[in-house]
Amino acid sequence: MRPVYAISGGVSKFAKARPDKTFQAVIKEAYDYAIEDIGLDFPTFTRIVDGSVASYFSDHFARQLMAGIMAQDYLGLCPKPGHRVEGGGATGGICFQEAWKSVASGHMDVCVAYGFETMSHVETWKGNEFIALASDISFDYPVGGFYSGYYAMMVTRHMKEFGTTPEQLAHVSVKNYNNALYNSYAQKSQRISVQDVRNSPMVAWPLTRLDICVMSDGAAAVIFASEEGLAKLEAAGAKIARPLVKVTGIGRGTDAMRMADRPHFDYDTFMRDYATPQEQNSNETKAYYKKLWDHGTRYPGVHSFRAGRTAGNMAYKHAGISDPLNELDFVELHDAYTSSEIQTYEDMGLCRYGEGGPFAESGKAFLPNVDYGLKLKDKPVCAVNPSGGLIACGHPVGATGLMQGVFAIWQLQGSVKKHFKADQLQVKNAKRGAIHSHAGTGTYVSISVLEREG
Amino acid sequence: MAKLPSQREETLGGYIVHGIPFPTSTDEEALEFLKKMAPIQIEQEYKITYLHSYGQDSPWFAALTNKRLIASRDAESGYTTANPRGADMYSGNETKWIDITNVPAKVHAFTVCYFGSEEFLPETPFVLALIEFEGVNTLLLTRLMGVDPQAPALDWIGMEVTPRFLRNSKLKPTDVYFTPVNSDQ
Repeated sequence: MRPVYAISGGVSKFAKARPDKTFQAVIKEAYDYAIEDIGLDFPTFTRIVDGSVASYFSDHFARQLMAGIMAQDYLGLCPKPGHRVEGGGATGGICFQEAWKSVASGHMDVCVAYGFETMSHVETWKGNEFIALASDISFDYPVGGFYSGYYAMMVTRHMKEFGTTPEQLAHVSVKNYNNALYNSYAQKSQRISVQDVRNSPMVAWPLTRLDICVMSDGAAAVIFASEEGLAKLEAAGAKIARPLVKVTGIGRGTDAMRMADRPHFDYDTFMRDYATPQEQNSNETKAYYKKLWDHGTRYPGVHSFRAGRTAGNMAYKHAGISDPLNELDFVELHDAYTSSEIQTYEDMGLCRYGEGGPFAESGKAFLPNVDYGLKLKDKPVCAVNPSGGLIACGHPVGATGLMQGVFAIWQLQGSVKKHFKADQLQVKNAKRGAIHSHAGTGTYVSISVLEREG
Repeated sequence: MAKLPSQREETLGGYIVHGIPFPTSTDEEALEFLKKMAPIQIEQEYKITYLHSYGQDSPWFAALTNKRLIASRDAESGYTTANPRGADMYSGNETKWIDITNVPAKVHAFTVCYFGSEEFLPETPFVLALIEFEGVNTLLLTRLMGVDPQAPALDWIGMEVTPRFLRNSKLKPTDVYFTPVNSDQ
């Protein structure tokens, strides 16, 4: 595999509904932005780009099969190669990695990944029904198909197992909504308190409306290039920001569609197959986990995502990361629920399993330049969802993982102020970050690591 | 030769409105003005009846109609899944059926849904639960009855429960649901 650079990106403004444009035209907003940001015009980029990967989750929402080729057509990319990927909520993250593979393998020198979702075409509760069709339609959906319900069951188990509290979950919402006050792309930003989160309407106990991301229309695009691709683009007049942003690690994992079918592994299996090298090398952590297992914890059960842990371990090994909390400057992760952000802290090794709740309220995942109205015990260490995440930015499924990629590129280029029109969310001297995309009840998870060169 | 129709038949009525505003002439200025036009949105109905087969899992549903709850077991390892699986995920072997109707069961996790997907909105609030069974390695998603959905409490986890069956089977997984042991419901 050869080096791959993520050189540019664009995001359409995510909104509850975009009836003003068809999906192809919304994608073009993001695509044009990415091209313009490297100083090229549309025909020149079209001449150089070798192909594409398209990302969208649901044929139901679009009520259109083969929407990918309609976008390819609208973007003037025919007859260049392209294909569509789909993997539930992780579709965008998978698309990011497939485009990376196209370049890393030598198949393409320049590849563009674009994604979209138009969720406004049906009423909210019908949309929830569509999303719930991404659970087993013989055994899960008919029982009361509702993703917020599925995640709320994980929460009650996490609470019972580890003592996590709804107020700890609410800290995630407060962080992400307050971060989004400085992100001009965010669908919904607001200054809220822990009490506001708890007082908002109960959706699925103990998750309230402010614990859950909203549905959106939107699109995003990322341009990848090899060294040869960079040379071609620059020879055509592209102004590509230095230092470059390189994708240095990718990882993916999977788990059973039916959450009920997940295994419940013993301590030895967990330590051997799933613990991070950091955890395996710490006697204190091994003793901590032994105590959890002695009290009945089994892995992953329904409180944890082994797909996320598998993806993380793989991506970290690829990128040479051994201490993610201290070696990542930021993470854009899939916070469809406040609880899933907490579960993901643990899967990604930002803290140990069972410590996600205290980690959420510690302050370690917050930004130094944002006033959250909270008394936080610890100083920021690794900003999680500095953009506001899915909770505030919105979640047009096929675009979401790519949106994370775009925000990560901007963080590492140090260009957040240019794109967000405010620099409160710029992580100072960001050198390395990760993006995390997640499907279903943890069925597909992708994690990619991006680094600033030099 | 009969005259072939050269025009589509006009019927009374249009789509929601009978006239969409449009410039009376298509000069350059008028065409440019179209860029300021608001989008037209129409409703499209989409309704389908599928013929869905439960395939190798069919006996599980047949059992429910006969008030029995069965599970899948790998004959060699004994690994047992509460949901039916035709093949064991570790050995790849075809599984056998076992009866777990009277196996002790407890609530592993739960929630109360106060909202839901469109299909289930009329049933809210309802309780979803994952049930663990003695000697079974995985869980079963079900509805929990006999608890107050307005007063959820974490101590529902661990509560002993028992399966109950609909008298009039719908051939859906909701033909079985659970209630607390000794519940008089």
